Amino acid sequence: MIGLGHYLTVAAMLFTLGIFGIFLNRKNVIVILMSIELMLLAVNINLVAFSSFLGDLAGQVFALFVLTVAAGEAAIGLAIVVVYFRNRGSIAVEDINLMKG
Amino acid sequence: MTLAAAFFYLFAAITVASAFKVISAKNPVHAVLYLILAFFNAAGLFVLLGAEFLAMILVVVYVGAVAVLFLFVVMMLDVDFAQLRAGFMKNATLGFTVGMIVLAEIVFFVATQFLKPGALPAGLVRAAPIPQGITNTEALGRVLYTKYVYFFQGAGLILLVAMIGAIVLTLRHKPNVRRQNISEQNARTKSTAMDVIKVPSGGYNIPDKAAAKVAAE
Repeated sequence: MIGLGHYLTVAAMLFTLGIFGIFLNRKNVIVILMSIELMLLAVNINLVAFSSFLGDLAGQVFALFVLTVAAGEAAIGLAIVVVYFRNRGSIAVEDINLMKG
Repeated sequence: MTLAAAFFYLFAAITVASAFKVISAKNPVHAVLYLILAFFNAAGLFVLLGAEFLAMILVVVYVGAVAVLFLFVVMMLDVDFAQLRAGFMKNATLGFTVGMIVLAEIVFFVATQFLKPGALPAGLVRAAPIPQGITNTEALGRVLYTKYVYFFQGAGLILLVAMIGAIVLTLRHKPNVRRQNISEQNARTKSTAMDVIKVPSGGYNIPDKAAAKVAAE
């Protein structure tokens, strides 16, 4: 029988793959954004799994809000990437040093 | 093994495998397509968990909007992605180490906290218990528009800010384009728009330079 642990394992693997992806594609900001989406998906799986196994709808409501924030984050992030590419002609992460931070 | 368990393993395996392809694909267009596959299978997992509404929202929002946005940006930007992959293997060791540390932490935490028998107490106080006899969508709507209405409004505000932010960031004013300015047009009066020029009467004068040219020919 599939229990809570199975879903938590899938979510943990997805989250780890997201972290791994950020390190692996350190120069490509688009793949970094996709890795962040994977990590948010893992969080959503956790929330929905706990919601289902505890019989509490609040987890699904919270997953809905995480989805909202993820959509907004992707839109803003890609807009920044497009503007940056228009100004500098490159999206390599190590070239992003305009603010000398 | 029941049918639900078989489908769980199918969805979980495809989700994890396609997530791995997302981070390791050479071509970012393929990475986006694998991301779509991962979202579809995660939606399948949500259906197995009884969260049908979230599963459909995942398909609509992620596959229909976010992934297509990614695809659009990847295809629009003329970037040499092979050059961006330089140092891929060099970073892999560090990434693998950090990823394994995080995975071990998560696994140990989950194993000690939630996988023990009795870790989920039966008499738990629930914020919004799942009601019986109505669909998942209706149950979610009943709490979302009553108990969590301020959070719902906040989510709407976040989307509005994200939309305005994305528009403001990518809007571009070209300097050489002449646009219609309605207020400027409405502010025109006879005195600002017309000049009365006194033209001296008395025939037709060829200016000196032109006359010389005609004479030369």
